Amino acid sequence: MAAPGVSAASVAGAGALRSGMAAGIAAAASAAAAPLALRIVAECPVSKARACELTLPHCTVSTPVFMPVGTQGTLKGITSSQLEALGCQICLGNTYHLGMRPGPELIKKASGLHGFMDWKRNLLTDSGGFQMVSLVELSEVTEEGVRFRSPYDGKEILLTPEESIGIQNSLGSDIMMQLDDVVSSTVTGPRVEEAMHRSIRWLDRCIKANGNPDRQNLFAIIQGGLDPELRKTCLEEMTKRAVPGFAIGGLSGGEEKEHFWKMVTLSTDHLPREKPRYLMGVGYATDLVVCVALGCDMFDCVFPTRTARFGSALVPWGSLQLKHKQFAKDFQPIDSDCECATCRRYSRAFLHALFKSDTAAMHHITVHNIAYQMSLMRSVRQSIVEQSFPAFVRRFMERMYSSQEKYPSWAVEALASVGITLE
Amino acid sequence: MKLDLSKVVSGCRLGVLTNLGKNGDKTLEVPGCLLYTRCGSAPHLTHETLETIEKIPAVTQLTLSTLAEYHEVLEEYKEGAGKFIGMPDSVLYCSLQDPAAPCPPGFITNKTVSVWGSGGRMEMTASKFMALQAVVRPDWFQSMADGETVQEDTSKKRVRKSVDRTLAFLDECLQMQQKSQDLQGVEVLGVVEGGDILEERTRSAKETAKRPVGGFVLDGFQGDAMTRELRLKLISSVTAELPDDKPRLIQGIGRPDEVLDCVEAGVDLFESFFPYQVTERGCALSFRFRYQLDPETQVLERNGAQVNEEPRAEKDCDVSDKEEKEPMTPFEMDLKSKRYREDFGPLVQGCSCYCCRNHTRAYVHHLLLTNELLSGVLLMIHNFQHYFGFFHSLRQALQEGHLEKLKALVNEHSP
Repeated sequence: MAAPGVSAASVAGAGALRSGMAAGIAAAASAAAAPLALRIVAECPVSKARACELTLPHCTVSTPVFMPVGTQGTLKGITSSQLEALGCQICLGNTYHLGMRPGPELIKKASGLHGFMDWKRNLLTDSGGFQMVSLVELSEVTEEGVRFRSPYDGKEILLTPEESIGIQNSLGSDIMMQLDDVVSSTVTGPRVEEAMHRSIRWLDRCIKANGNPDRQNLFAIIQGGLDPELRKTCLEEMTKRAVPGFAIGGLSGGEEKEHFWKMVTLSTDHLPREKPRYLMGVGYATDLVVCVALGCDMFDCVFPTRTARFGSALVPWGSLQLKHKQFAKDFQPIDSDCECATCRRYSRAFLHALFKSDTAAMHHITVHNIAYQMSLMRSVRQSIVEQSFPAFVRRFMERMYSSQEKYPSWAVEALASVGITLE
Repeated sequence: MKLDLSKVVSGCRLGVLTNLGKNGDKTLEVPGCLLYTRCGSAPHLTHETLETIEKIPAVTQLTLSTLAEYHEVLEEYKEGAGKFIGMPDSVLYCSLQDPAAPCPPGFITNKTVSVWGSGGRMEMTASKFMALQAVVRPDWFQSMADGETVQEDTSKKRVRKSVDRTLAFLDECLQMQQKSQDLQGVEVLGVVEGGDILEERTRSAKETAKRPVGGFVLDGFQGDAMTRELRLKLISSVTAELPDDKPRLIQGIGRPDEVLDCVEAGVDLFESFFPYQVTERGCALSFRFRYQLDPETQVLERNGAQVNEEPRAEKDCDVSDKEEKEPMTPFEMDLKSKRYREDFGPLVQGCSCYCCRNHTRAYVHHLLLTNELLSGVLLMIHNFQHYFGFFHSLRQALQEGHLEKLKALVNEHSP
């Protein structure tokens, strides 16, 4: 795998990136040879927002970035070509799903997940932890790992940190996530603390188990639920480890937004400036904009692509439920300012009709929704670079919510906390 | 439109339809097929993915059954179905029914036919039919017809009625077209009926040919009611009565062996619903048609091709069939089969479609097993390209005098 091309001005994750990396320096101290470089291009003088260039093995990613989710090695009806044309530089695959079907050995034979799905840019895989909690009947979490029952053949499976990293090594993703002890954000009590400490221990096991530190980046996942003290402890401990990036986990699971943003901002306050911050599971437009202001660089969410399949098209002022009768004779495109392939050629009325007949309707909306997310992040980034991010945020909120009374109060507070006031 | 025939070989007509489309600048080679759509969309495909396919026919088939319920919408839209569906530059042919969606018999009357849309049955008189055509604004459309003779043992009386009715419908449609501003310049295709009765077939052909139609649609030959021999005999008798300079399109015929039979019997145009049906059952067209390959490449292709598929019981998935699907034919491979799980070759060796260039059998197999939408997209791309490639090869074979070679290749897949 070729070394990412980095300029001398780049600031690496933990020490300067050595030019000899391509020659395969021994990866004992994994951080020193981490295949990731973050260059901070601009910072908002008011909030904590920053615009960066994140160099990864397959290409450079402009942040802040939204990463679409291609769970089973495919982005729900759109081809790799289309995804590339939409400007996507990194997307997600799921270790749990792909680990079940078709399995890591097969994907390895197919030249990794990149080869299997014909994706030439970057891939991020999660550890499988979240799926195990959210999708299947959880048998047991022990220090060893997570034991659960496979929905496909009923077999008992034990997913350990080593096992998860092993699968991700076979998948060959550019960024891998540690296996964390995931607890729902609505859970309180000693279980949260137990999970936080265990996640730290599992992080260490994951780091040790990574067989490709020279070409696959392992990110830690900060846990601690909604308890600031637990979060801080986790941050303190995990930032001691030499990992190229950090994710903020255990949020976006149904907790109150007013607790959510406080944990996000607390986390970014204690994460190193020179490493990327990935906020997991966040994808609604407002959440993205606010969390960029709070200092996050990377986001993922199934929402835009999932909602597309239900006929919901995302627009700067909300969303259009295209299956509703009101669009039957609406001959405008979804968004007349949108330049995506769908908006250039098809009307709301046609898409409304097509939903009753053919799957192509879903694909048209999926293309549009991804284009919307990409365009949003591009505008966010551009405004940071131009030092006009607060003004952008004000315009964004005005467009999204018809009046100030409708602004979600958590968003108003969160933005105010970093110096952005929405009159 | 104009049909220029360059040669006729063993009954097969080779030529090109010119002066097509609003600007009269499109052409369609014959023998050829049309692009099949559902509600105006190539199934599973957006404009981007459709455009990756080579040799897309210049004429797109729309079906009234999927458009009839949008009459009011199209009326308000005012700019025609072509623009509405995002194909403003395509030549459009509007058929009555959808060849991949059989409709229940027993609903045709002397004054009306019925189509089935998403909301159920819609009955239409010739008046309503023509009003629809006026808002759809196709370049060609088939006249209203009574084709309910495909069942076995349709009585002679019923067959005769279908011919009479269809002629009456045709006359009504032509009369209304005269008076319609919106339908000037649109070609009406007369429909030849007659079930499995020779005299009725020739009567229908002769009578239809007397009318000022732009071409002919041969109906009632789909399904299994007729033997191959009878079908071909009837088709030949029909085409013998039709003028040479107008195209003949046959409905409901898609298998490549049947296509070849029909071309030899004087048919020019076909629909492309067959590759769609293959896609829906998770299969990829794999029959060989590149007759001009050198012997070595032929062997490689044959070794790469999976013919004589094992029965579906072998597959290791539990992909449930959403609806009744047509059975597999010998011209395709079942990608749900376990044998493809670790096969990293393209679907078909030598195919240059987007799917075969960038993906593997193993990947498509995975997509089918996991019920992923992309399986439909990739298979549709491959199947359309393969099918259009077959027609291209057929035209080449006729041009070069190699029809027998092509027939041998295609028929090696037939039982």
